[in-house]
Amino acid sequence: MELRIQLVSIVAAAGLFVVVFEMVRRRRLLERYALLWLFSALALLGLAIWSGLLERIASTIGIIYPPNALFLIAFGFVLVLLLHFSLAVSRLTDQTKMLAQRLALLEERQSRAGHDVARERADARDEDEAALEPSSRP
Amino acid sequence: MRTDNPRTLAVVPAYNEAETAPEVVRSLHRDAPGVDVVVIDDGSTDATAAAARATGARVIRLPFNLGIGGAVQTGFVYARENGYDRMVQVDGDGQHVAAEIATLAAVMDEDPATDMVCGSRFLGDNGYLAPISRRTGIHIFAFLLSRIVDRPVTDPTSGFRLYNRRAISLFARDYPHDYPEVEAVLMVHHHQLQMREVPVRMLERGGGVSSISSGKSAYYMVKVLLAIFVGLLRRRPVVEPGDASPAPASHGI
Repeated sequence: MELRIQLVSIVAAAGLFVVVFEMVRRRRLLERYALLWLFSALALLGLAIWSGLLERIASTIGIIYPPNALFLIAFGFVLVLLLHFSLAVSRLTDQTKMLAQRLALLEERQSRAGHDVARERADARDEDEAALEPSSRP
Repeated sequence: MRTDNPRTLAVVPAYNEAETAPEVVRSLHRDAPGVDVVVIDDGSTDATAAAARATGARVIRLPFNLGIGGAVQTGFVYARENGYDRMVQVDGDGQHVAAEIATLAAVMDEDPATDMVCGSRFLGDNGYLAPISRRTGIHIFAFLLSRIVDRPVTDPTSGFRLYNRRAISLFARDYPHDYPEVEAVLMVHHHQLQMREVPVRMLERGGGVSSISSGKSAYYMVKVLLAIFVGLLRRRPVVEPGDASPAPASHGI
């Protein structure tokens, strides 16, 4: 593999690793979502440094120019990451739905039990919104 | 069990229907006496909740819009937790006729093994004319579902349905997110519940905007078709007690 592209690959993969690691260290990124990123970055870094392995992979799957194999592998990691996030979003959607339902049911039960505060709050909220929507009042 | 006089809950999902939802509640009080009414305000941005509360109905306000599936499921959970024997869905747009609840209930009274009774616009002659595009879609679903469940289903998108305890507890556990009616027919089939259809009158929409606008109908078709075929390949479409939760807290890929 040509030295320039190898250097670019190494710098990019190492940079990705450092950025993700730093985000985890600052608690901006949860470990559970960082693991796949770190694993991807390490795998790409390893292949960029150990170019012999990359060349063997490239020739095995019929890629003439080894850096293209690196791009292909990186693309594979990106797909896995995206799928992972789609799963996470689906799970969050389900959980949010349940929370919204539980909250609404609790609020209704509380207002039925005669908690004045909750009822006043609900009424105030209704009035606020009714005031914002003058056309809906006869 | 009071089989002679079952406790029935009418669930009225309403999203920005301050005009029609109170009218629906009033017609329920008038034409379906003895039926408790709860309005599920699905995160409306207008005065739907206040208007419904003014009619004396109980109102459950979702903090944000969940879509029809999530709203109706709130009704299933409410019915289960408050021990109702039956639940009927009556849309907040005024399309469903309160007096026809008796028609649905008569079917369940006659055959107590029935778990879900669907009001159909296309059985018998009731003068209902949906736009041709929507009718075509409905008939495609009806055709597919009839083949899958191996019995005639004429109006799989009708939301005007009466459920018994078994159906309530099934759907309280798992109800499809959006456009739930067609999938619900499949779930009923997979869980070997009994479904019946009965002809009912339905009105044109009283106002508001349908949850299925023309722009969304292509998405609707594709989404429901996907749900039908995925549902076919599911060994067990719903979580049973003891299964992993449908929305697990743990992390996994």
